[in-house]
Amino acid sequence: MRRVTAPLVLFLALLAWTPTAWSLEIQDVVSPGGVKAWLVEDRSNPILTLSFSFAGGESSDPVGKEGRARLVSGLLDEGAGDLDSSAFQKALTEDSISLSFSSRIDRFAGKLVTLTETRERAVGLLRSALTEPRFDPEPVERIRAQIQASLRSNLQNPRSIASRAWWAVSFPDHPYGRSGDGTPDSVAAVAVEDLREFVASTFALDRLVVSAVGDIDATGLATLLDRVFGGLPATGSAVPAEDTAPRAAGQTFVVEQDIPQSVVVVGHAGIARADPDWYVASLLNEILAGGFGSRLTAEIREKRGLVYGVYAYLLPVDHAPLIMGGLATQNARVAESIRILRQEWGRMAEEGPTEAELADARTYLTGSFPLRLVDSDGTASVLMGLQESDLRIDYLDRRDALYAAVTLEDMKRVARRLYRPDQLTVVVVGMPEGVATTAPVPSIPGVPVRGG
Amino acid sequence: MPIRSTPRSVLSAILVVAGLLSASPPALSEVFDPETFTLDNGLEVVVIPNHRVPVVSHMVWYKVGSADEPSGKAGIAHFLEHLMFKGTKTREPGEFSRLISRVGGSENAFTSYDFTAYYQNVAKDQLPTMMELEADRMANLSISRADVDAEREVILEERRSRTDNNPSSQFGEQVIAATYLSYPYRIPVIGWENEMRRLSYEDAMAFYETWYAPNNAVLVVAGDVTADEVRRLAERTYGAIASRPVPDRIALRGEEPPQLAARRLEMDSPRVDQPSWSRRWLAPGALWGDSARAPALEVLSEILGGSATSRLYRSLVVEKGLAVAAGAGYSPDGIGPQTFIVYASPRDGVDLAALEAAVEAEVGRLLRDGVTADELASAITRMKRRAVFARDDMLAPARLFGEAMVAGGGIADIEEWPERIAAVTTEGVLAAARGVFVSDRSVTAVLRPKPAS
Repeated sequence: MRRVTAPLVLFLALLAWTPTAWSLEIQDVVSPGGVKAWLVEDRSNPILTLSFSFAGGESSDPVGKEGRARLVSGLLDEGAGDLDSSAFQKALTEDSISLSFSSRIDRFAGKLVTLTETRERAVGLLRSALTEPRFDPEPVERIRAQIQASLRSNLQNPRSIASRAWWAVSFPDHPYGRSGDGTPDSVAAVAVEDLREFVASTFALDRLVVSAVGDIDATGLATLLDRVFGGLPATGSAVPAEDTAPRAAGQTFVVEQDIPQSVVVVGHAGIARADPDWYVASLLNEILAGGFGSRLTAEIREKRGLVYGVYAYLLPVDHAPLIMGGLATQNARVAESIRILRQEWGRMAEEGPTEAELADARTYLTGSFPLRLVDSDGTASVLMGLQESDLRIDYLDRRDALYAAVTLEDMKRVARRLYRPDQLTVVVVGMPEGVATTAPVPSIPGVPVRGG
Repeated sequence: MPIRSTPRSVLSAILVVAGLLSASPPALSEVFDPETFTLDNGLEVVVIPNHRVPVVSHMVWYKVGSADEPSGKAGIAHFLEHLMFKGTKTREPGEFSRLISRVGGSENAFTSYDFTAYYQNVAKDQLPTMMELEADRMANLSISRADVDAEREVILEERRSRTDNNPSSQFGEQVIAATYLSYPYRIPVIGWENEMRRLSYEDAMAFYETWYAPNNAVLVVAGDVTADEVRRLAERTYGAIASRPVPDRIALRGEEPPQLAARRLEMDSPRVDQPSWSRRWLAPGALWGDSARAPALEVLSEILGGSATSRLYRSLVVEKGLAVAAGAGYSPDGIGPQTFIVYASPRDGVDLAALEAAVEAEVGRLLRDGVTADELASAITRMKRRAVFARDDMLAPARLFGEAMVAGGGIADIEEWPERIAAVTTEGVLAAARGVFVSDRSVTAVLRPKPAS
């Protein structure tokens, strides 16, 4: 493979799309019990994909119990209601029902994929998983051990270490500064009561969004929604984290690891999804970092062969919108690579893009959208992205206009606001040559200190 | 924080570097309904119409991969893949990519042991342009020495990212090298670093001129298109390229000699905190060994280690509490000798010897008693259902058919897969297991932490 693209880049690219001739028909469904969902009906295959998420995620993990939400995500399909773990897993496997849960920084998500012939049983299993999870001792200890094993690998991975270090130095006094994956120790500290507390405070109708794609009509979905979610409380008590902003702007931190290639993560404050300049920023980032042909890839990979992948993306997390970037290069060329990345960051701020670059970015962001809809999973992801961003159901019909309205002057104005090379917080993991730490490197929980 | 910035390349790394644990190709010909034809110059064409969204996936697969590299040129197939983006006689480096991006398309390429493939996913009205430009670089690649030098640095960085920075990948490379005595799968797709550093402009162009011919390629188009449209466009673009003789790659690869000794590899690394254990045996491939046993081995893999209710997971992870992970993997998709793998990772504090003994006990039980009729029926049902789920992605079938075509099996490999799986018997599973689980053809691999000094 020749191009490295962070998944978030893809995700954000889809949020920045506009339909042209072809459009997606989205139905607004409200169940008799008041549960809302967006539906794309598609009868071409006997399959239903149901995606949903609750506001509230890893940022609500108690101090010292980081990894709690993730542990919940691994346990909901390990026994619920009358079915113990083995019986629940057997029910899923025998009917080829795919049920998965995942925790994110500020949300907790789930997805059910089932054939129409097994849908009734799938719905029952999902309802049970959400409303009466068992958290029996055997699966709790088994999944805990699995997560701890994966953390032991993760904490040796330079990319993970770089990411943990970046968030730790940027948000020292905020939940964002504590890894939502946790450490073997913090996962060990999570008790069953903590798991139940997360479920009780987070799984509630006032913080739920639902998307359905596939072999079901609006009436059928309305009935299904009440069966799955009807037993949930109307409101949840989990308190969102406070709004904040990254610290350590302009500082460079080197985390020494004896590896041949250094991993670099950079970032600074970005732009919120609800900001009117979001669309301008999306176009700008496409020009700077939208894969092959973008400025960063051209300068750092194509011309100089410094990296296999270099990236930047807008990350509008709920309480501290960010713009992030990164690369990986041999230790001897880290300083040069960071210098060019900063230089391109600065050049965009000072000069902005050209009219031709703006035109190309606009056609990319409008033209690429249908490729997100080639399967049910992609379509459901689009619906989730729109709803989680509080966009209206007619949003896709208005996107063309939003992008068409962006002028070169807008681009230059927002570029000056968005790209601040002197504000970048830089984390390097490796043995980089010629890169000095400018502030004390804090200890990163779970990462052993090297080299005495 | 949970910024799981796992690059997309993690998925592709499995394909590019290992290509071993991929799921079997689920398929239903009557649903995918592909049409095939061959141009006069020998280019094979597969069209898989699906009109869900007005987009197409346009792929060209060359029947050449890293297993076809000349001695001492490890990595040249993959290096050429990168250089294919560096321009033609009439187009600047990156011009094709810029055009794709401008119309909202996505593109990439990937190299494996047996093939090299290029694709663009675009709005359907862009298909003629894609075919014109892909045909152009099939015949008219023109690259500068400066671009070759810069791109060599890129593949070396790619190797550092994929392999050198990751002890588990480094170990995997060693294990695969020990799995084959002679067959070229022993060489990593990305290449050995010392040989990569010496890959030249001449090496790349020689490889291109030897293998990139229309009669050594397969065109696959999936999506909102008809076979008639594709035929018309293909004749105008690819059809203008002359065929030419291509070496017999199967003969060039040589035979894997009889394996007469079990091998065992152990690596201790200070960059490993979670141990892992695996054992693999040579197993049938599309053109190697007893290919007729492949479906039984796929079913065996499903029963032994394909899910959270599989034998290995139930026994080692749930009941005995020895492991955090346990499973099995087998795919018959490659041309040469494939591998059947069983693996496990211990829970904290569990002795690796105890873990190994527990896996061996499960394998021994299987060799003694086989699988039950209930296990078999359940596995077959699940595997056939995967073919239904596979129809949900309108572009993914392009990959299934491309891979089947370059392995020489043709679309029948995909079309008849559910029937072949359904025909598997308990006796067939037992016979296949006894044919594969032979100690002399095995490699055991143990990766352990080494405490920092």
